[in-house]
Amino acid sequence: MSAETLLEVQGVTKRFGGFQALGAVDLRVRQGERFGLIGPNGSGKTTLINCISGTLRADAGRIVFAGHDITALPAYRRTRLGISRTFQIPKPFVSMTVLQNLLIPVEYAGRRHGGAMLDEAMGILELMGLATKARVSSAALTQIEMRKLELARAMAARPRLLVSDEAMAGLSSTEVDDILTILFELNKRGITIIMIEHIMRAVMRFSERIAVLDAGEKIAEGRPDEILADALVEKAYLGE
Amino acid sequence: MGGRAFAIVALMLVVAVLVVSSVLDNQYFYFAGYVVLQYVVLATAWNILGGYTGYVNFGTPAFFALGAYTAVVLIQSLTAPLPIQLVAGAIVSGLLGLALGYLTLRLRGVFFSIATLALAVVLQTMFVNWDYTGGARGITLARPATAPLFDSYVQFLFVVMLGLAVLAVATAWWIERSWIGRGLAAIRDNEEAAECMGVPTLRLKLVATTVSGALMGLAGAPFPYYVTFVEPTSVFDLNYAVNSLAMPMIGGSTTWIGPVIGAVLLGTAQQIATVTISSALNLLLVGLILVAFVILAPEGIVGLVQRLARRSRA
Repeated sequence: MSAETLLEVQGVTKRFGGFQALGAVDLRVRQGERFGLIGPNGSGKTTLINCISGTLRADAGRIVFAGHDITALPAYRRTRLGISRTFQIPKPFVSMTVLQNLLIPVEYAGRRHGGAMLDEAMGILELMGLATKARVSSAALTQIEMRKLELARAMAARPRLLVSDEAMAGLSSTEVDDILTILFELNKRGITIIMIEHIMRAVMRFSERIAVLDAGEKIAEGRPDEILADALVEKAYLGE
Repeated sequence: MGGRAFAIVALMLVVAVLVVSSVLDNQYFYFAGYVVLQYVVLATAWNILGGYTGYVNFGTPAFFALGAYTAVVLIQSLTAPLPIQLVAGAIVSGLLGLALGYLTLRLRGVFFSIATLALAVVLQTMFVNWDYTGGARGITLARPATAPLFDSYVQFLFVVMLGLAVLAVATAWWIERSWIGRGLAAIRDNEEAAECMGVPTLRLKLVATTVSGALMGLAGAPFPYYVTFVEPTSVFDLNYAVNSLAMPMIGGSTTWIGPVIGAVLLGTAQQIATVTISSALNLLLVGLILVAFVILAPEGIVGLVQRLARRSRA
């Protein structure tokens, strides 16, 4: 418990009209940690991630990242500070090749230029197993390749914190293992990872700590075995 | 195409146009050529926002007319020379672009387009009711009788518009190859993803609306001296909105050369149709060609050529 805090979410609240999507959620993610975020559909996981990455502004509360209060910063500034994310539904830049897709974050978030840009992007594609697809149009990728591109693009921003929003949804079990291997490797390189996932096998294996959201509230937090034994979590997923 | 190649091609085109124009001893050539070149500027300007960034602007007449009316005001009040009219027209329309960008930040897709349409209507209403610039009746302006080094003032304006066309295309060419162009393309493809990849989407969109607006104003500024009569219905003409959108679509909207091809082909066809058939036929012509392209070659002539080249290589 001695590692320093990288991300601190304090009382973050979000409502859409009359619907309370998030009610004062607190979260603390440590440097280098593998953190799982789970919860039933509609429990506010993606809303929380959107508030952290800056796609949505929190109505109340504070978000502190690496000592900076980022609550009011636009998303692109947060990315430049080191928060990178993938999207649940892949959002590739479809008019570009795979390599060009990576060059956007390399140039804009990584702030590198010229030849160094290409080296950096190719290195990441190599790591993701996408190197042979570098010159292929991103619109022509398969589902798993699209997911890998999402991760590759997030990596190209040189994040300190990577938020993976259901990067494995709809993949076969060998493909899930594939993505897990990549995420473990990234974590080994010092990147803190928040994983949102419905595939329990993957989250339980990957995460050191897990938080559970239900109806916009955090109902549990702890090690995977503690979460599995938690009565509230069981109720949230299976009902009374 | 590298910077030197672009410069050489541009220079050769300019020289060719100038040689042809000096051989031709026909004032009508300058008159028609001016209109075609004006469309090169408008189509190129439209494409910076519409083609590169993916924001469809129906408000070309607003920016064009504002450039023209800025010149009218300067002529009326100070008899300011043409270079000042050009700079002022570009600045005023550029500011309108900046304001449009700020006001419509949250609007995407079709809602942005509707706002640009409204902008043109609001501005037209304003000028219809402003007596200083002639109101709805319009205003007649006396242009200088001659320009030094040129046979006639229209010939001089033709060369000025040629220069503006080169300036506009060079600007688009530069943007396309710079980090700005890459960021705009990311916005066009997916704005949310672009923002999350570190692209300052707001700032880049403002750059696009401002530069696009300024170039449209630049196209409009010499208009009062060109026709010597300015009225709201002529400068706010629907033609400008439709043509500046159709030309890049027909030529190809992802590269700088697309709008140039579209403007030269369509602009020339319209000038010929105006003389040989009727001026009312213009919009119909554009409409038919546009429909054909949207169905048969949605990526324009440039896209079509690229596709054929790829097929013949394969």
